[in-house]
Amino acid sequence: MRKLLLACAAGFSAALALPARAAPQSAPIKIGASLSVTGVASFLGDPELKTLQLYVEQLNAKGGLLGRKLELVSYDDAADPTKANSFAKRLIEEDKVDLIVGGTTSGATMAIIPLVEKAEIPFISLAGAVAIVEPPKKWVFKTPHTDRMAAEKVFEDMKKRKLDKVGLLSENSAFGQSGKKETLGVAPKYGITIVADESYGPKDPDITTQLTKIKNAPGVQAILVFGLGQGPAVVTRNYGQLGMTLPLYQSHGVASEEFIKLAGKASEGVRLPASALLVAGLLPDGDPQKPVVTAYAKAYAARYGSAVSTFGGHAYDGLMLAVEAIKRAGTTDKAKVRDALEQTKGFIGTGGVVNLSATDHLGLDLTAFRMLEIRNGTWALAK
Amino acid sequence: MLSQTVQFLLSGLTSGAIYALSAIGFSVIYNTSGVINFAQGEFIMIGGVASVMLVSAGAPLPLAVALAVLLSALAGLLLEKLAIERARNASQASLIIITIGGSIFLQGVAQVVFGRGQRALPPFLGDERIRIAGASLLPQSGLMVLTGAALVAALAWFFGATRLGKALLATSHNRLAAQLVGIDVRAILALGFVLSAAIGALGGAVAAPITLTSSDVGVMLGLKGFVAATLGGLGNAMGAVAGGLLLGVLEALAAGYVSSAYKDAVPFVLILAILFVRPRGLFGARVTERV
Repeated sequence: MRKLLLACAAGFSAALALPARAAPQSAPIKIGASLSVTGVASFLGDPELKTLQLYVEQLNAKGGLLGRKLELVSYDDAADPTKANSFAKRLIEEDKVDLIVGGTTSGATMAIIPLVEKAEIPFISLAGAVAIVEPPKKWVFKTPHTDRMAAEKVFEDMKKRKLDKVGLLSENSAFGQSGKKETLGVAPKYGITIVADESYGPKDPDITTQLTKIKNAPGVQAILVFGLGQGPAVVTRNYGQLGMTLPLYQSHGVASEEFIKLAGKASEGVRLPASALLVAGLLPDGDPQKPVVTAYAKAYAARYGSAVSTFGGHAYDGLMLAVEAIKRAGTTDKAKVRDALEQTKGFIGTGGVVNLSATDHLGLDLTAFRMLEIRNGTWALAK
Repeated sequence: MLSQTVQFLLSGLTSGAIYALSAIGFSVIYNTSGVINFAQGEFIMIGGVASVMLVSAGAPLPLAVALAVLLSALAGLLLEKLAIERARNASQASLIIITIGGSIFLQGVAQVVFGRGQRALPPFLGDERIRIAGASLLPQSGLMVLTGAALVAALAWFFGATRLGKALLATSHNRLAAQLVGIDVRAILALGFVLSAAIGALGGAVAAPITLTSSDVGVMLGLKGFVAATLGGLGNAMGAVAGGLLLGVLEALAAGYVSSAYKDAVPFVLILAILFVRPRGLFGARVTERV
């Protein structure tokens, strides 16, 4: 297939009788990607790949970049860091890509980092862990919010409601445990005391025991759940079953329509931090992110017939950051693109407004998160 | 404090009932073929997933559950006919590995048909909670316990009082002897898979409003069911239920009184201790191996 494409491309250039000197200039700009399209993180990697494909096509339809076409070279690492490492090697050495977008999971990203640092090639990760950009590494950037920001956003809201004794319920998965660590780390900064610290398994059918313990913890004023997928829905259903009234907070890990459907009417009043993308329709007209998230949601739904997820949004942000940087650099020279990336200011993505610097390779602040509340079975902006 | 203890126990009962429903299927298949079927979790998954899909397609709940059970029975039959029967001269270890392959295959099919997401089945008896001494229980949990009890009674009658049931047991004890007295051994082995697949699916459907359901829900349920069946004594349906309930209650008490971080470890340590004293499980029959 690749050979065929190359043959076609060769045929076209011959037909157009391009001057020989322009040939290297018209070679496509190669965007490399190692994504977890199948396997445990497929719900992240699948929309990411679809998003990259969609926008590479769109950009090419508009004439490409610097007068050159874009070409996406992607591999499926199935969330296996070993595979991610060897695909990154292949992207760098054989495919000779100009930069790499993603790393879907934190594990895959960490396996790619040593390679890009050594090869000196810009790398924009789509994974969550704080460790990816802390301390900042010269060639590594990332787009998604961190667990710490989610915890901080929740605590900000709790302070506003004068809730400062919190019961923490975290999932014993990588996501939940990282969330727990960050939550415990930033709690003192907001004057929050964690009065109960419980955990549950991602597939546990019943979590009333842990909730009962939290309910009976002395002085507890609110609950924060850190988990992904089905566990938080079971927690919310059990919360309803126990007739609990403590304010219930979830993490950004459950920010999908599926959560409301699974948790049912017990989800009424649940609050969580989420990216603006999920509530594109609810954003006030003046919101700077509104046009970006609305356009992305519309384009994605038109092409794939399914609702957007924040994960696809991370890929959109990663690709567009790269595109903007290449535009400003006016070249695909790796060092110049990296410098241009680092100088990104006021880039508006689906995840928030990005201001990168030498010390901050994520560039989002807490305004990137919107505090949502589930009201009448749908999302609403929390007041 | 009493209400807290009662809530721990009810929580354990809910989880335990799910493990018990899963464990019964392991027992039945072990009873007929001596094989541990690691695709049992997938039959449970089919029960939940197919019920959810049929209900959302507009089928009334009882019909959806019945069709899901039939579908799973068919999957069990195909697994036996296409994979197990063809390898009937292979060792038991090979057969067990074949069931693992079957499990991965069924999960893959479900992921394509059902998608990667999670869905919930509406509770059969509504979600008005039952209050007991300040603690609460969903009616669905009660229904799961009743389903488990009904299955135990039905299986006891089937294996103890019907010719077919006795033929199943005879085949598991000595295949050659069973064949010599005129039992169609191949049909009997297929029946064992069909039966356990149907039982697994019924359990999966009844548990689906609590566990929620997805294409990979069978992994955890199958594992816990296997542990429960071993704890209760493989091949004994009553033992499977007792093992399941015990496992659930131990988990809940460990989470409640020790620490929820160690709740998976504590019951397994206890189970190791029990199996050390009674290697054939709580209700396992004593078997003397011929040398």
